[in-house]
Amino acid sequence: MGIRGFVPFCPWNWCLLLATLQCCGASSELNRSTDSSARRELNVRYAAASSQPAETISVFTLDYDYVQIPYEVTLWILLASLAKIGFHLNRRLPGLMPESCLLILVGALVGAVIFGTDHKSPPVMDSSIYFLYLLPPIVLESGYFMPTRPFFENLGSILWWAGLGALLNAFGIGLSLYLICQVPAFGLGDINLLQNLLFGSLISAVDPVAVLAVFEEARVNEQLYMMIFGEALLNDGISVVLYNILIAFTKMHKFEDIEPVDILAGCARFVIVGCGGAFFGVIFGFISAFITRFTQNISAIEPLIVFMFSYLSYLVAETLYLSGILAITACAVTMKKYVEENVSQTSYTTIKYFMKMLSSVSETLIFIFMGVSTIGKNHEWNWAFICFTLVFCQIWRAISVFVLFYVSNQFRTFPFSIKDQCVIFYSGVRGAGSFSLAFLLPLSLFPRKKLFVTATLVVIYFTVFIQGITVGPLVRYLDVRKTNKKESINEELHTRLMDHLKAGVEDVCGQWSHYQVRDKFKKFDHKYLRKILIRNNLPKSSLVSLYKKLEMKQAVEMVESGVLSSTAFSTPHRAQRTQETKRLSPEDVESMRDILTRNMYQVRQRTLSYNKYNLQPQTSEKQAKEILIRRRNTFRESVKKGHSLPWGKPAGTKNIRYLSFPYSKPLPAGRDMKVAEFTDHDGSDSELPPITFNTHSPTGTIQERRWTPEVIPMKRLHGAGTPLHFGYRRNAGREEHLGRGGRAILRPKPLFHAVDEEFESEEESEEETPAFGSLLSSELRPGGNCNVSHSPLLQRK
Amino acid sequence: MAAVPSRHPLPRRAWILSPDEEVSQASLRRLYDRFNALDRTGKGYLSRMDLQQIGALAVNPLGDRIIDSFFPDGSLRLDFPGFVRVLAHFRPVDEEDDGNRDPKEPEPLNSRMNKLRFAFQLYDLDRDGKISRHEMLQALRLMVGVQVTEEQLESIADRTVQEADEDGDGAVSFLEFAKSLEKMNIEQKMSIRILK
Repeated sequence: MGIRGFVPFCPWNWCLLLATLQCCGASSELNRSTDSSARRELNVRYAAASSQPAETISVFTLDYDYVQIPYEVTLWILLASLAKIGFHLNRRLPGLMPESCLLILVGALVGAVIFGTDHKSPPVMDSSIYFLYLLPPIVLESGYFMPTRPFFENLGSILWWAGLGALLNAFGIGLSLYLICQVPAFGLGDINLLQNLLFGSLISAVDPVAVLAVFEEARVNEQLYMMIFGEALLNDGISVVLYNILIAFTKMHKFEDIEPVDILAGCARFVIVGCGGAFFGVIFGFISAFITRFTQNISAIEPLIVFMFSYLSYLVAETLYLSGILAITACAVTMKKYVEENVSQTSYTTIKYFMKMLSSVSETLIFIFMGVSTIGKNHEWNWAFICFTLVFCQIWRAISVFVLFYVSNQFRTFPFSIKDQCVIFYSGVRGAGSFSLAFLLPLSLFPRKKLFVTATLVVIYFTVFIQGITVGPLVRYLDVRKTNKKESINEELHTRLMDHLKAGVEDVCGQWSHYQVRDKFKKFDHKYLRKILIRNNLPKSSLVSLYKKLEMKQAVEMVESGVLSSTAFSTPHRAQRTQETKRLSPEDVESMRDILTRNMYQVRQRTLSYNKYNLQPQTSEKQAKEILIRRRNTFRESVKKGHSLPWGKPAGTKNIRYLSFPYSKPLPAGRDMKVAEFTDHDGSDSELPPITFNTHSPTGTIQERRWTPEVIPMKRLHGAGTPLHFGYRRNAGREEHLGRGGRAILRPKPLFHAVDEEFESEEESEEETPAFGSLLSSELRPGGNCNVSHSPLLQRK
Repeated sequence: MAAVPSRHPLPRRAWILSPDEEVSQASLRRLYDRFNALDRTGKGYLSRMDLQQIGALAVNPLGDRIIDSFFPDGSLRLDFPGFVRVLAHFRPVDEEDDGNRDPKEPEPLNSRMNKLRFAFQLYDLDRDGKISRHEMLQALRLMVGVQVTEEQLESIADRTVQEADEDGDGAVSFLEFAKSLEKMNIEQKMSIRILK
């Protein structure tokens, strides 16, 4: 299915790649030759100038040295982006292999080009650049996008697994390799224990999130997901801390006589570094959340504040020799909740996208650098070391997984099955982190640095390619008991129904928190923190005008794109019904099955899908919009025909609740919408079919006024110079629903926040009821029709 | 078990549930807290509107039908035992139960048949024990995106009924429904882990 689409694109993409490469290579070739000649010419010119003024002004010169570094870096990034575009154009490829594969290949390609043209690659990566510029965005992004509720619920298991796992792996691999090095046959005798331990610590830095995308579709359960995520999050920090401590030990020069005191000091330092970093991160998170409270008038700098404060937390922690990584992670986790509520919608989107972009750029650069290092002359190959490294990595990971989870399963309410543990074991893919740490080993302390780098590269290549590509099938094999034989249409339909049913009932059950601590924190948070950190005076006018603007725009778009074509909702015309059941050919059945598979609504995923390289909220948001609009429309239609309300209090109300203003903000009581605005639109109402039900729920004047703003902009839209007056009036009702639906959809952020998790249950709902109670009752009129709205308004007039 | 403070003490009555529920005590406690959280106005029972305020159900294509299934026989109030009774359908099936069960006792609510019955009633709105073509079409329409045309939906509904219908009455009875799903792992599909 996807292969067909792939082939036509593939040649284009490769052509594009090749073309870019040619340019890159050619330019570097050209520049090498020209710059040497230019330099000569320059020298000549200067020499001449010193003796006499220049003869002529050169009309056209090439100055490559000046732009070399940014130029090449930009080219690399562009190349990687093009490759990613090609990668994602194929629908099946992203599910087959992790994106790291692609980045590594691109890096290798660039490395080959650079090696081939004998060009000196720009010094993109040295220790300070990596630690100060390349690493923070990656860590920030993973901290920011981490789902907090599952994280804190599983915090104990995550700390146990990530922390102890990293230590166990590091020391295990280090010690085993040391033992191997003692064997004289391998020629590794000069690598002492500390160096081995250091190597162990850097090779145990895993990047399992990279494979998450691969088995996402297998509906990994939330706990498993969280363990993998949590491990990725904390792993970098712990490896770096360990790495630094061991480097400090190495520098001590007396490593033969390391006393237990030193080891204890090392452990203490480990703990202090970790906790201190987190502490600073939390402080900075609160500060930045507090500051975003006041930025309503200058929302353009909101992303800046978020990023700068996170970065600042990193730097401050690094200054004090604490763990900057843990600091920035804690900062992101802390401030995310409050910042999301405070900042404007566009800032929120900007922050998300910019974070993804920065982290993707960093990672691309690191992988390209890895590719450049791969293809070069500075390798040292030692069969024993490398093979044993690979073997020990797998063995120790297996040991740590099974042992640690066995222990933690005794204390968990929902233990991890063996299948889950296998998945965790197999997703131990190394990534950019270990390469960077290996690359930045100081040569003075590590005379056999090349060996380490080579071994690291081999492990990375092996795990990313072989494990990354096979983890998908493995998970599917473990998860899906039945083979993928074709299900009948019945089965497909009914299983989807059951999935929806199950998801719905799970939502009714709500989230169950296990810890009293968490509840206490929630109460504390609501009582104190939110009052301090969340802005509470949203100026009415700007908010209202924002909604009006967005509402109109959204509605226009929806009408134009034909999202809500009326055909989809019309009742089936019975005219052409043929009663006899005809035998359907297999192709028909196939096509039916295809239609079903492609068009059925997806079940709402409870586990947030996290994709390291992309933000993909689109499909589920679109689907949710569609569902909500349809329900409102069908509801409205059934009511229009005078049917009695099928479900007591109308379903429409519940839609509105989550679709209107961001939660926890009580609506401003009396909005000063001028009644006069209604005047020109009342006439158009005469076309609309009369509605018989004015009885219904008590409608206070305030409530009516309250939702008039939603109606107005749509009306104005029609009023303002529409060519088909009549047609529009006919559809005005529907479009007003569009308006409301449109407005409803505008803020996907609170909608999905409400839908997803966090404060969905209990406290949140407690808070919002007073705010929405009146709104609900105002919407309570079936369909909340504009038709009805105007009658009271007419009366009032 | 964490003693989560709740607004209402668990009434004695709530513990006296008919034996086929068999929900564990811990789950019962949590369900009670959830019930109270949903019942915002403290009425002591849930109305449809309370359930409709769960945002996630709003974006579930079958949200309304799911809510209806909590209110059997068209009642307007859902008390706690009723709440638990519905949710008990989703308890994971314990393998060993089947062996020791006394055949004279009624089937537990979370048996395969009862789970299937629960799903069946989502289709069968008029409760006549059969899924007519029209009902199938309605359910299908709910679950499929807007791009599919009406004719396609109708033919799919036709085909679905045709496949399952064995006695040729143009509708799918419960037994036919159960038979068409005999290969499915219903016990796993309709089980919610946290209700153990």
